[in-house]
Amino acid sequence: MPESSLVRHLHSSSPECRTSPVRHFSRSLLPQHRNSSMLSTFCTEHNVQDCLSHISQEISSLGFPPVWAVSASPSELSVVAVLNCMYELIQLHRRNIQTLENMEMEQLKSSSEVDFLQLTSTRLKEQLELSRRENAGLLERERQLQLKVKSLQTCLKNEKEEVQKLQNIIASRASQYNHEMKRKEREFNKLKERMNQLLVDKKEKKQAIDVLNSIGRADGKRSLWKTGKTEAKHEGEMYKTLLSDYDTRQRELVLENAELRKVLQQMKKDMVSILSSRKPTLKGDKHKDDCIQADSEEEVFNSSKESVELYCVHAREKLTTSIRLQWRRLKSHVERLDSQASLAQRETRKEEMDRLMLDLQQCKDFIQTQEQLLQQQLSSPCDEETASLLSDCYMLQEKERLREEWGTLEEQRKIFERERKTFTDAAIRLSHERKAFEEDRATWLKHQFLNLSPFADSKTSQMSKSKSSFLISVEPEASAASAPEKLIRSDLDFHTHRSVPLTTQSAGELYPTPCLIPENSLTKPKREAAHVDESSIFCNGNIPAQHKLWKNSEDHCSHSLKREKNSSI
Amino acid sequence: MNFSELFKQSNQLCKVSPDGKYLATCVQYRLVIRDVSTLQILQLYTCLDQITHMEWASDSLFILCAMYKRGLVQVWSLEQPDWHCKIDEGSIGLVSSRWSPDGRHILNTTEFHLRITVWSLCTKAVSYIKYPKACQKGTDFSRDGCYMALAERRDCKDYVSVFVCDDWHLLRHFETETQDLAGLEWSPNGCVLAVWDSCLEYKVLLYSLDGRLLSTYSAYEWSLGVKSVTWSPSSQFLAIGSYDEKVRILNHITWKKIAQFDHPATINNAKAVVYKEVERRTAVGSDDLSLHNITIGTTLFNTQSKYEICPLPVQIPVVKPDPDRANPKIGVSTLAFSSDSRYLATKNDNMASVVWIWDMQKMNLEAVLEQTSAVRCFQWDPRRPRLALCTANTKLYLWSPAGCVSVQVPTEGGFQVQSLSWHGSGDSLILLGKEQLCLCFMDTDQEDKAHLQSQDGKQTESQEMDPVSTSEHHPPCTSKRP
Repeated sequence: MPESSLVRHLHSSSPECRTSPVRHFSRSLLPQHRNSSMLSTFCTEHNVQDCLSHISQEISSLGFPPVWAVSASPSELSVVAVLNCMYELIQLHRRNIQTLENMEMEQLKSSSEVDFLQLTSTRLKEQLELSRRENAGLLERERQLQLKVKSLQTCLKNEKEEVQKLQNIIASRASQYNHEMKRKEREFNKLKERMNQLLVDKKEKKQAIDVLNSIGRADGKRSLWKTGKTEAKHEGEMYKTLLSDYDTRQRELVLENAELRKVLQQMKKDMVSILSSRKPTLKGDKHKDDCIQADSEEEVFNSSKESVELYCVHAREKLTTSIRLQWRRLKSHVERLDSQASLAQRETRKEEMDRLMLDLQQCKDFIQTQEQLLQQQLSSPCDEETASLLSDCYMLQEKERLREEWGTLEEQRKIFERERKTFTDAAIRLSHERKAFEEDRATWLKHQFLNLSPFADSKTSQMSKSKSSFLISVEPEASAASAPEKLIRSDLDFHTHRSVPLTTQSAGELYPTPCLIPENSLTKPKREAAHVDESSIFCNGNIPAQHKLWKNSEDHCSHSLKREKNSSI
Repeated sequence: MNFSELFKQSNQLCKVSPDGKYLATCVQYRLVIRDVSTLQILQLYTCLDQITHMEWASDSLFILCAMYKRGLVQVWSLEQPDWHCKIDEGSIGLVSSRWSPDGRHILNTTEFHLRITVWSLCTKAVSYIKYPKACQKGTDFSRDGCYMALAERRDCKDYVSVFVCDDWHLLRHFETETQDLAGLEWSPNGCVLAVWDSCLEYKVLLYSLDGRLLSTYSAYEWSLGVKSVTWSPSSQFLAIGSYDEKVRILNHITWKKIAQFDHPATINNAKAVVYKEVERRTAVGSDDLSLHNITIGTTLFNTQSKYEICPLPVQIPVVKPDPDRANPKIGVSTLAFSSDSRYLATKNDNMASVVWIWDMQKMNLEAVLEQTSAVRCFQWDPRRPRLALCTANTKLYLWSPAGCVSVQVPTEGGFQVQSLSWHGSGDSLILLGKEQLCLCFMDTDQEDKAHLQSQDGKQTESQEMDPVSTSEHHPPCTSKRP
């Protein structure tokens, strides 16, 4: 079994071997060798030489470098070459195995494919068979149906013929029947006649009337003899009734006609009025056409009026034509109106839209201005400043001026500061002096108290005098010292006031009434009169704007008033 | 609504005199004359045999009683009970007898339509009219009683003779363009004569009094044609009912069709009101099943019925006629205009339980009355737009534009209304059973009041005609008038 497997292996690898003739050769050789090796080992102690040569030959034939030279001794086997060769061989072997595996896989795949294809082919064959059978069946059926159709057609033809025949039969029978009927009726009449005769002739049971006594006619008149006169009278009466009937009918018709005529007249009037009112616009539209038609139209209008009154035939014709004409015109007019109506509607809608948009815009503006006003009333001063800056160019100048003012005031403040410093120094000095003086005085008083003597009196008066003089001299100093204090306070006041005018300024701006100006001037120190004036100017400058606003609102009012008027109109 | 007690009658011979005062009934061979208002017997005449036909003379003075089997006619006078007159037609036979419009002549048609004998009661004179045609309606007197139109058949051709009734003078004699003339009828104004062909051919011819052909109308060919023809009382419309289940209305000016009324099996006309009679068995409890009830019988087996307004569409029961038999039960056989020409009532034979009412002003369907059983007879009130109908049961049905009502006739013994006829004043109605009759008195006063009320308060449905509240079992007070 391993042998066979080997053989199979060889066989399976044969396609690859086939590629090189060397391998082919070796293939032919190998089995023998293998077979021999199966019988006895390939290499023994004795035949190493042979083996070597054989292997080297084999190897060289396989295209490897010679492993062993014949000339060399068996022991001189180059190990490196052999190992290389073996390695090569092993590699080769591995590769072969790999390819073998691949091949096997491929073979498996292909075999399965073949199976699948066979399966499909059989299935398809079956299908084909089936459809063939079906086709045959259908063909058969078609043939049958055709046959049927043919038979039916023939049947129909037969039926038609039958019908024709029957119709003919019926017709002939009907005529025969009618003829028979007439014959029978004639016979019947003859019989009736005969019977009548017989019955009249019969004696035993005659027709009879048995009246107790004759009664008078319902109308109480006596019956008259039948004469030509009565006949004429009957005719006359008949025609009379007929005439009266026609008369009543005619009257009814006349009444109805009158009604209809009235309606017609009304309609006509309406039509004419509509059409005539339309005329100018129509002329604008297509005056050419109108000019041509104008005469006829006039005629139509006039004739229609007449024809309503007239009764004869041609008048009727005229009437109908005129009515028809007017009707057509009215129709076209109405159609045009219809088409215009949609357009006009769109236009009016657009107008309305525009108007509304305008209104909306105005309202928005109004709201905005109102908002602005509100903001002006509520907003912080800085905001107000910027707003006023934006609103009026005076503001910039004002600010500049204010800044200058600020600068000067700052300088003044510095000067004051310096002055104050000197004053304080002076005051300190003064206080020092005063302290010294107080001390002096205390000592002096002590001294005086301790030495109460007349000499001392003169001394004290001198001293008091000097003191009073000193006091007088000092007092202005004190006042002077208090004055800077005051000044400082006023300066502080000024500082506080400085912020106030800014707010009042804005307030003054907010309240456009000029009465605020004196108030400002009252609240402000006198030194800021200029500033106050400026603010008043500023206010004045703002007033026109205010006025403008008022005007605007007035305009709004007038607008609204106008609108109201419009609406009322 | 009051009902009288039952009276005997035979052959459904019961007629009110033209002046509306008397009621003549035949009981076997006796003729009984009653006062309509009191129902008292005024006269009683005895004839020679069982009466088969009875007719009042136009002046209400004479009554004609015909005994066709014997070929005898007896005339009685109301004024002179002793006066008598007997006309013997002899062996020539008698099939029809009628008064001439003047009430002084009697026209007897002999057997086989051999001739018409005109007997004068004034002069005892006899005159004959030969060749009368045996057909649906071969003779017709004009409304004013001046003229008589007579269909004749001579030499297999149809002719019409117009006689002056006064002295039987032949005024006109003309051939008609018909295959087989079936009937003729004067227009109510007496100026136009409508002539129609037999059902094999749809053909209606209109002749003037002087014999001129005014118009010919034919709706279709080949299939069965005209079944019934009726003039409207105003002479304005001619209604033609035909086998194709349609009614065609011709106008009186152009004699062209102005409307066509179909009778469909499914009604989905939103303008029409469909009244359906719904029967309800009286709930009889076990304790009610006493001997007393059984003996009374009628009340036990009587069913109450009422009208219900059906939501549209309504499917109407249709009987398919047998195509193999002659005179198939299909098509419009009965047509009747209301006295004011406002409404037209019709009956289609394959929908026997249904009466159709058409509005002639709007030219559309006004109402449909679907009864539980086949309609036997219907007639319009001669004064008001009110239709009375009966279906051979114990009920009387009335329709008016205000509504529809079914009334139980409160009589014992299973009185079934086979036919009915109005009194000329529209105040009372004669209900005829198989061998009995009953008078139904309308409460005209009350109704007039109701009418007034409805006019005042815009109440469309009068008390009586309210289809919902009074449709079932109107409590009728039986006033037995002496």
